[in-house]
Amino acid sequence: MADSVTSLTSVEAIDVTPVQKPRQLFLEVLYDWITTVDHKKIGLMYIAYSLVFLIVGGIEAIIMRIQLAVPHGTFVSPQVFNRMFTLHGTTMVFFVGMPILFGFGNYLVPLMIGARDMAFPRLNAFSFWISALGGILLYYSFIGGVGLYGAGSAPDVGWFAYAPLTAKVFSPGHSTDYWTLSILLSGIGSIGTALNIVTTIICMRCPGMKLNRMPLLSWLYLVTSSMVFIAISPLTAAQIMLLLDRYIGSHFFDTQAGGSAVLWMHFFWIFGHPEVYILVLPAFAFANEIIPVFSRKAVFGYPAMVAASVGIGFISMSVWAHHMFAVGMGAGANVFFVFSTMIISVPTGIKIFNWLATIWGGKIRFASPMLFSVGFLFQFLIAGLTGIMLSVAPFDWQLTGSYFVVAHFHYVLVGAILFMIFAAFYYWYPKVTGRMMSERLGKWHFWLMVIGFHMTFDFMHIPGLLGMPRRIYTYEPGRGWEIWNLIVSIGAIVQAVATLIFVYNLIHSYYKGEVAGNDPWDAWTLEWSTASPPPVYNFATTPVVHSRRPLWDIKHPEDPDWNYE
Amino acid sequence: MFIHSPSYFAQSSTSIFSPAATPSHWIFTLSMFVLSITGLIFLIVAGLLTYALIRYRHRNLLTYNEPTQIYGSNQIELAWTVIPALIVVMLFLTTSRVILATQDAKKPADAVDVVVVGHQFWWEFRYPKLGIVTANELHVPVSDPAHPTPTYLEMSSADLDHSFWVPRLAGKMDLIPNRVNTMWIDPETAGLYLGQCAQYCGVQHAKMLLRVYADSPKDFAAWVAQQQKPAVEDPTVAEGREVFLHNACVNCHTVSGTMANGRFGPDLTHVASRDTIASGAVENNAYNLKKWIDNPDSLKPGALMPPMHLNDHDLNAITAYLTTLH
Repeated sequence: MADSVTSLTSVEAIDVTPVQKPRQLFLEVLYDWITTVDHKKIGLMYIAYSLVFLIVGGIEAIIMRIQLAVPHGTFVSPQVFNRMFTLHGTTMVFFVGMPILFGFGNYLVPLMIGARDMAFPRLNAFSFWISALGGILLYYSFIGGVGLYGAGSAPDVGWFAYAPLTAKVFSPGHSTDYWTLSILLSGIGSIGTALNIVTTIICMRCPGMKLNRMPLLSWLYLVTSSMVFIAISPLTAAQIMLLLDRYIGSHFFDTQAGGSAVLWMHFFWIFGHPEVYILVLPAFAFANEIIPVFSRKAVFGYPAMVAASVGIGFISMSVWAHHMFAVGMGAGANVFFVFSTMIISVPTGIKIFNWLATIWGGKIRFASPMLFSVGFLFQFLIAGLTGIMLSVAPFDWQLTGSYFVVAHFHYVLVGAILFMIFAAFYYWYPKVTGRMMSERLGKWHFWLMVIGFHMTFDFMHIPGLLGMPRRIYTYEPGRGWEIWNLIVSIGAIVQAVATLIFVYNLIHSYYKGEVAGNDPWDAWTLEWSTASPPPVYNFATTPVVHSRRPLWDIKHPEDPDWNYE
Repeated sequence: MFIHSPSYFAQSSTSIFSPAATPSHWIFTLSMFVLSITGLIFLIVAGLLTYALIRYRHRNLLTYNEPTQIYGSNQIELAWTVIPALIVVMLFLTTSRVILATQDAKKPADAVDVVVVGHQFWWEFRYPKLGIVTANELHVPVSDPAHPTPTYLEMSSADLDHSFWVPRLAGKMDLIPNRVNTMWIDPETAGLYLGQCAQYCGVQHAKMLLRVYADSPKDFAAWVAQQQKPAVEDPTVAEGREVFLHNACVNCHTVSGTMANGRFGPDLTHVASRDTIASGAVENNAYNLKKWIDNPDSLKPGALMPPMHLNDHDLNAITAYLTTLH
């Protein structure tokens, strides 16, 4: 892949040989990373940190699946199981999903808009470290949850921590406080990063890059980051109210003193539903970059893609109570939230169809990034369709709180988002490290992941339809759930193996991978015009762009893009 | 995904595909409608995607001429905005009908009323009009379509959020402290319907199981009559009764006609008439009962009843007493 066949006249001189740096002492390297304000290093730290937690969260998932593989399982005690699903959910959402997507955003957004760094480099470093402290605090609860000697304690209130289970009377000790504080801190970090990304995109674009010429990735990060302000703030408020309840005797959520459990639900889901889109829009962003390059076509309907993304951002703010159809809100509220939830499928559908049209008539190269993107397309389609089922409130009365829901949102979070994160790794790894990831291992990773994923989450819908609620540490035999749970557990282990292959590939390719060159995929956006890895300030001279695909214009001077915009 | 027909899934005792009451029938019909629409959309879109991926596959990663660049088409994009929007409107109208029919249904005068109270980790059922209190096993009459006698459940919670879910009878309804929710069920055939708590409520959420017995009108009347009787005064178990009354049991449990009137735990007036104990966790027999009283954690770790620390003699006596409370 190193020497792509179409000749490239880059905006900068190409130097393919990796730079030989003088060997540094370990402590010097460490000091460099800890004190860095370079958006690329911070991005990489976010990603590395998320990968560690991905493995931790994965281990928790495997523990749960071993327990549930057979009825009346005794692998772990009920309380340990409850801690596992609480930590798994919290870890995966707050310490894997958010940071990994912010990591990619941090790394890519300035490069793709032709900026030399983020708008506020030091805020950027602060945001990372405060988020990292959040993750550390969550796991510190193992030691600190019931006093310093309470080793083995951890929050067991579930990732959405419904009131009043989190009240002091039902959740003594400090593990719930660690949960609250860890989310508070990571939320502050998220808001900092979001602010930074929005400012960077608005203010730091290179000359010629009008808003309607930005790569779609920047557009989606703009929408996502704007949503973070609106979504994280109520969560932070709710966490503070919860701490007040627990420590100074206020009664927001304390039902024994007249507080409201439903109030917490509203607060939580006003955060929680937009959160799904905060996570999935960056996945769309990667798809918008990768699918066109590997189909060799411009993305179909750029304006519609932007409009759909902004539309999703807005509508997603008005759908939260579809998590509460069984709460007894009354017919009127249910009808409203049915409508707002269903209507979001229209902009989402536009995206799927536009990707389809992008592929149509292209020349599709099935390299690893594209394989994962294709997996994403199919899986996201199914996730969207089961989402429509859940938006039908009466159907939801059966499905909510069951394994069907667990299967549905893992289709979104793993089938769509994680697959696109993997695609992004394979796609941008050569830019970041200067070396290609192994395609052979990539194919192993992809196929095992697809098999494992479908074994796990296709079959997980079924026990849900057969009446299996979520968050149960064991279940009764004879309800038709056994066989499906066994298959699901085996699938989870296959996924774990696939992920380990991926991690091995990451490390192995760093040392042994083929040298990539600046533009191994023959792509069109600005990050491929710099050296791999990019120098500290990204661009030696500020690039000037005239269209949405600046590198296309250079490669095809006879037919530049700006004629069509 | 749905390779098997619903009839296959209907064999499970908790399947949403074998509805046995009006609300669950409505949900089932609506679900099949939604499943067919989404299934059709899946087939079309996945089919087009598969076709495109095969048709436009380019094997050689290194050599290609750039294909014709197409930047968009307003007509096509308008079409795939408007058509899904129309599908949404249709789905929305259908859904709203079922929501309104279920949630705004008029309560008939001769409906059976039950107050359901969720507890960590068991169910309390009170029949205010009949003067019955029981736990974990709900008895309701079968509702004859010609003369419907639906059961109206008024639900609340004593401690945490819980959710009442018997898939074959109706969807879920949450039980939330400081709040009263209602739902109704009208089982059409006699039998046992299984369900369980569907909202995470702490350590033993998994074993907050639920059994609904739909009785024929005659059986239901007999059950009511038996439950309305005072607790049995069997002289042979008087010793066990004394043990019960002179231990902490009375703080949490009620046996009507005695000084035991605690409401924290299940009402034990007719405990022997139930098929299970510990909210469906185990069969109700002398062995399990004794084990439960001795150390509830051995059957249900995290259950809120403390171990009673009785000696063997007292344990046997109290077990004998409880097994006579029919």
